[in-house]
Parts: sequence; C-alpha cells; structure tokens
Amino acid sequence: MEATRITIFAGHYGSGKTNIAVNYALHLKQHAEKVAVCDLDIVNPYFRTKDSADVLEQAGVRLIASSYANTNVDVPALPAEAYAVIDDKSTHAVLDVGGDDRGALALGRYAPSILKEGDFEMLLVVNRFRPLTRTPEEVLAVAREIEAAAGIRFTGIVNNSNLGTQTTAEDILSSLPYGEEVARITGLPLRFTTVRKDLLDAVKDKPTSFFPLTLQSWRPGTEA
Amino acid sequence: MAEKVLMKGNEALAEAAIMAGCRHYLGYPITPQTEVAAYMAKRMPQIDGVFLQAESEIAAINMVIGVASTGKRVMTSSSSPGIALKSEGLSYLAGCNLPALVVNVQRGGPGLGGIQPSQSDYFQATKSAGHGDFRMLVLAPASVQEMVDMTITGFELADKYRMTSMILADGTMGQMMEPVVLDTKEIKTFDKPWAANGTDGKRPHNIINSLCLEAKELEEWNIERYKMYSEIEENEVRYEEYMMEDAEICIVAFGVAARVSRNAIQAARAKGIKVGMIRPITLWPFPKKPLLAAADKVKAFVSVELSMGQMIEDVELAIRCKKPVLLANRVGGIIPSPEEVLAKIEEADKMGGNN
Repeated sequence: MEATRITIFAGHYGSGKTNIAVNYALHLKQHAEKVAVCDLDIVNPYFRTKDSADVLEQAGVRLIASSYANTNVDVPALPAEAYAVIDDKSTHAVLDVGGDDRGALALGRYAPSILKEGDFEMLLVVNRFRPLTRTPEEVLAVAREIEAAAGIRFTGIVNNSNLGTQTTAEDILSSLPYGEEVARITGLPLRFTTVRKDLLDAVKDKPTSFFPLTLQSWRPGTEA
Repeated sequence: MAEKVLMKGNEALAEAAIMAGCRHYLGYPITPQTEVAAYMAKRMPQIDGVFLQAESEIAAINMVIGVASTGKRVMTSSSSPGIALKSEGLSYLAGCNLPALVVNVQRGGPGLGGIQPSQSDYFQATKSAGHGDFRMLVLAPASVQEMVDMTITGFELADKYRMTSMILADGTMGQMMEPVVLDTKEIKTFDKPWAANGTDGKRPHNIINSLCLEAKELEEWNIERYKMYSEIEENEVRYEEYMMEDAEICIVAFGVAARVSRNAIQAARAKGIKVGMIRPITLWPFPKKPLLAAADKVKAFVSVELSMGQMIEDVELAIRCKKPVLLANRVGGIIPSPEEVLAKIEEADKMGGNN
C-alpha cells in the first residue's frame, strides 16, 4: 500500500477511526522508519489512541496525545507536539480526528500546513452498521459537514462496516455494495475495506482491497 | 427480526426512549453521558420531538415535572453530580405521583470526582434520591442491549406505577459499543386520567401537586404510596442467576461489575471452584428472596462493586447475615479486574464448610 506522508482518518462519531488509526500506524511501521500516530480527538474522552499506548510503544510507533487523555481532566485539549509531526517531513503521520464536524474542527488549525505540503490523504471512515450513517446519503451529509469544519476535502473512503467483536464474514460481505455506493455518491475512490484478521480468509477472494485489523482492547476484563 | 446495529450505550438508550414514545428530552451535558443529549439533539427534530438543553440540571428536572404532568413520556439524563442537583425535583416527582425516566451514567465521586466509571451512587439511587419517604424503580443494565430493553421497561413501569424509573448505568455502559437489535416489539402504554392535559370542558380539573395542607392527608398519601411499593417488591423484582445450580460461593454484582464477575467465574470454574452469580437487574426492588434462598446453599457471598461497598449492605440484610459477605471492589474510576475478583473468590472458598 503506497502511503502519503500524512494520513488523516475522519468520519462519523463511533465509525472506528481510532482503531483504524492505530492499526494503520502499526502497518506503516513495517515499511517506514519513523511513524507517529497523533490523537486529535477533542470530542470523546473515553475511547482514545492512548488505550493502545503499550502496543504502539512496543512497535516503535510514536504516540502523540494530550497529556490529559485518559485522565479525569475533561477538557478538549490538543497535544502541543502535534505541530512537530505535521511539520516534520521525515515522519509518517497518522492523524486520528474526533467524530463528526465537532471533532473535525480541531483538524482545521493544522489544515493550512497540511494543504500546503500536499502529501496527504484524508480518508472518510464509514460503518454501515452505525444507525445514523446507514445510507450513503446520510454519509454524504456527514462528510460535507466534516469537510466544512476541517477545511480539507476527503480524498478517499474506508469501508469499516463492523459489529465489533460479533462481526461475521457475512456482515463484511453484505457491506461491500454500501462501500461502493458511498464511493460513487461522493465521487471518491474506495481505498480499502477493513476486516478483522481472523475473518480475512473468508472474504479475501472478493474484488476489493482488504485491510486486516486487530481490535484494540478497551477496558479489558469487561468483555461479555 | 430487525437487523443488528452497532451503538454506544448512551446512543442506544436514547434511541430506545424514542421507540418507547418519548418525545421530550430535557437535559444538560456531562461526561460520560453527553452522547444521550447529542443523540437526542440530532433525532428529536426529525420526529417532531423536543430536545432542550436546559440552563442547568435543576432546570431540566423541573421541566420534566412539567411534561410528566401532562401525561407525556419524558426523560432526563445526567451523571453523578448532575443527578445530585436533580434531587429536589426527584422528590417532587414522587410527591406528585408522576412517571418519568431518569438516567444516571455514573462517574467517580464524591464531589466533582472524575469522569471514569463508578457505581458509587447506589445509595443515592436506592435509598436517598431526595428528601422524604419515597422510592424509585432502579434498573441496572449490563450490556448495550439491556440499555435498550431497560429503557423501554423503565418507561412502562413508570407509567404503570406513576413513579420515577431510574436507569443506573455507569461510564462503561454508556461508552461501550456493542451490536444491538432495536426491537420493534409492542410498547405498552397506559391511560392517564390524572394528567393535566386539558379538560375539553368535559371533566373537572386535574391538579398536580405535592403539597398537603393537613398532616393527616400527607400521612395517608405516604401510607398509600408505601402500599404500592410493597406490591412492587412482590411483583417487579428482576434478577438473573448464572451457574448457581451447584454453587458454593455466590457473587452478587450488577452492571459492569457483573460482566467482570462472569469472566472471573469462568476462571474460577476452570480451577474447580464452584461459584455462581445472582445479578440484580432491579436494584430497587432488590432481589432479597433469591439471595436469602441462596444463603442456605452457599458458604459465602462476594459483593463485587465499583464503590467502597454500598450494595453489600443490602446483601447482608437480604441474607440476614447468615453467611459471610466479602467485598471485591475498586473505586475512583477503576474497574476491578477478573483476577482481583478471582482472588476474592479463592478467599471465600477457603472459608468454612457449608452449614
């Protein structure tokens, strides 16, 4: 997978951006020397890239997150170091943006330098199983709101349709037309469809580019 | 059967309220329940409902009293300190015999505390939500699906008994994402001849009021309400038994603590320890009878809580202190791990034989 220097994951609240950002950074690290994942989420104080701090550190991926992330300081703070990776052309930066237009506002302050450099892609993460983005038309509306808030236009689609740990191969397969329709209605290329690693074999003969995911753990011990 | 969707607990609860016919949501944002308000802000305008961000939690609960008086299904939600602010209104709802659904997605306390999950509002919800003699129906979901199901049940029970139902969730229940089926099962509705919704010139005025001018009248109202509470304790107790058939140790846990406990029980069973769980689904009315019955079979109980030990008092009361009750707990926003619960199970297992 040819990677731009900056990869931005944005989309509807709860569409799976953080999980993909962590997996994508780990994937990039296999090909690039310096990779950083940057938490720009100012909306959700509960599910953060910082939950994956250990796995990122072990892989040598730099995690840039607000020092308040996962603490009781409930303020929408951005990490001061974010500028460092966005400006450092020797680092592959993966930006994890907060949900919806409210979350994308934070991206707006970095937009001028990202656009000036031009070596980026901004991927719209979509999940057919999320109730407020079930139709391509709803996705399009959310995408336009995010673009307006961020000051950057999307360049591609990530079909991340899933039901969490209960996702089946059939769920993935049933979402493929949705991913294609979102791509068509937005006029953007479908960059990849995510699939949990253990389901890859069951779907991989389909004519779409799959990106295998490991679900990041959240509040271990509470699994049903 | 409806298709599964992936939802956060807070969103699922909000959508369930809409399914139950709630068209009035009055609230004020606070982590970790803000998604309820955010979701309602998006959905209510689409269905001609009312979303109103009040100027404070106190204003919101008083608006709830207003809507409930007209007989409409109404809801507010908050998290721990915000619920404390609502306490006067909760008492007025009880005094006026009004149905409402109130959601507490608990966070750590006391004081401003923290934003991480907690169950330390157990006393507040089950014993002391406000001044005066009153009860609330308290439902404790342990999955996103139960956030849906109990919201609907909560509205139905509230209308049936003309009282407040509380969903006592916590930060993990509100924030976790799980697949849910937004069932289209029939929703029960109830006639509300008491509602102040216009006489059409055909009946006397209905008056909604919690003030009694005579002491005798106030006493009668209290006695009447407590007769109904007894009826509820008889008929509305909900709980779930898990691996209790041969259990020698009984875990008691609700909400997220019950999820951790299930994982701990599986680990203990793998080690040959016979442990099961009674999971209260209604915290009031509390499942006293099944616990008392279990006390004759098991050698010890373990109460697993995200508090310094609140429900444990009800467990001890329910079993009349027949057996020891140990506490496995973490506080401050920390969830006990299955390993920590397992350690407490092993400690209980070393206690004397079954007598």
